Amino acid sequence: MIETVLDIQTIRKDFPILNREVNGKPLVYLDNAATSQTPQQVIDVIVDYYQNYNANIHRGVHALSQEATDKYEQARQKIQKHFNAGKGYEIIFTSGTTHGINLVANGFSSLLKKGDEILVSAMEHHSNIVPWQMLCERTGAVLKVIPMNEEGELLMDEYSKLLSERTKLVFCNHISNALGTINPIEEIIEKAHAVNAAVLIDGAQAAPHVKADMQALDVDFYTVSAHKMCGPTGVGALYGKEEWLNKLPPYQGGGEMIAEVTFEKTTYADLPHKFEAGTPNICGGIAFGAALDYMNAIGFDAIAAYEHELLEYATEQLLSIEGLRIYGTAKHKTSVISFNIGGIHPYDIGTILDKLGIAVRTGHHCAQPIMDFYKIPGTVRASFSFYNTKEEADALVSGVERARNMLL
Amino acid sequence: MTIKEIQDEIVDEFSMFEDWMQRYEYMIELGKSLPLIDEKYKTEDNIIKGCQSKVWVHAELENDKLVFTADSDAIITKGIIAILIRAFSNQRPQEIINADTAFIDEIGLKEHLSPTRANGLVSMIKQLKLYAVAYQTQLN
Repeated sequence: MIETVLDIQTIRKDFPILNREVNGKPLVYLDNAATSQTPQQVIDVIVDYYQNYNANIHRGVHALSQEATDKYEQARQKIQKHFNAGKGYEIIFTSGTTHGINLVANGFSSLLKKGDEILVSAMEHHSNIVPWQMLCERTGAVLKVIPMNEEGELLMDEYSKLLSERTKLVFCNHISNALGTINPIEEIIEKAHAVNAAVLIDGAQAAPHVKADMQALDVDFYTVSAHKMCGPTGVGALYGKEEWLNKLPPYQGGGEMIAEVTFEKTTYADLPHKFEAGTPNICGGIAFGAALDYMNAIGFDAIAAYEHELLEYATEQLLSIEGLRIYGTAKHKTSVISFNIGGIHPYDIGTILDKLGIAVRTGHHCAQPIMDFYKIPGTVRASFSFYNTKEEADALVSGVERARNMLL
Repeated sequence: MTIKEIQDEIVDEFSMFEDWMQRYEYMIELGKSLPLIDEKYKTEDNIIKGCQSKVWVHAELENDKLVFTADSDAIITKGIIAILIRAFSNQRPQEIINADTAFIDEIGLKEHLSPTRANGLVSMIKQLKLYAVAYQTQLN
């Protein structure tokens, strides 16, 4: 038995998808780091929106538009409260983490000059590498990499050495999607600020597991996706400190983001609308708020404690399989287990597991530099959420054993 | 034998298996059993990119027939490649161009040829057909 204050069986009833079968077997969903499942409470909010108050927001004079605007702005307040941002307008609705990163990268192209330096960690998702490479191409700035060790932990001494007055930006994920490492972002932020560099933290993987406090972290930018935390796809949020958001130019032109338009000159709207051109994902934003309500009602401390128990249990059981190696063995990590067995290709293991109804991710997890570091084509990644059970961990272990016996 | 006859033969063989486990075990055996391509052809040029498993394809015209060799670093993918090579290799280019792959569905491996599956097989079949088109043009 895994001890928890949570009633997992009751929680599971909130997720209709967990009842389905795949290939004739009960679904064991262990691809939560890619996307989380959606509880009925959030699905209901989505249905309610389209059934009862679907309207365009902010400019409408009619009742539906007003209702939708109120709900959308209430969702912004929920996000503000959840992440403890100082002001509501420091929360920008985005289409997701990647959008948030691109918004900041694009904004910095007017602030950087040749010879400036950008630091990124060695364990970044592609979406956190490519925008900076593009930014460097545009500005002549130089991209430098904070290295990591075999366990998948950043070398903080090397980071300190890389920092200088040339450093203008530091980008790092809070938690690595491929390895599960929880990075020491407090230290990263503090050291970057000592040389007056701004910090953007990719919180996509962290947000479902830990409640990040924007003001306590003193972070400059933090970006998340709703679909990793029980919300719908295609919506997310970017937190930015007011002073930074005011420095950055708008990312896209369009409706919502303007104050006045003549053919001679356009003045931009105030925050947050300056960064929210066009009709947003209204329903998605409202559902994001509902997802935060749902997770907060369960409680992030209880979620983190239970997921840690699941991680410990599944790690121990998996390591009993001969030849299995886990990649990412940091002291501080979340419930993500990346592994390989001998020379077996991760795709083969994933294929057999799929036949057994077990959903995992295989491949390079959009983090090819990490795979190059370990000199492997990819890994099998099982990622657990608070609605997963010990029995599902057992199903994974027996599935992996079966795959191993077939493939070796 | 024509491509269709070979495909029917493969369908016959697979009909003896009772469940997916047996089918997969057979494919894994096929994948393990033979070298499918000469090492010298496992070059960057012959690799089909953008897939989780690497797939290499090489084609050569022998007399008026096209001979394919291919390989993959994933064993299940390699097993399916062995089946595809058996069906398509050593045939006239025009027949390869005209051939379909519905037999993969009949032997219960449809999911592997889904365009959304990142295993390289769909691109591989496209590549086989492109080779056939190229060599057919040469023959004309």
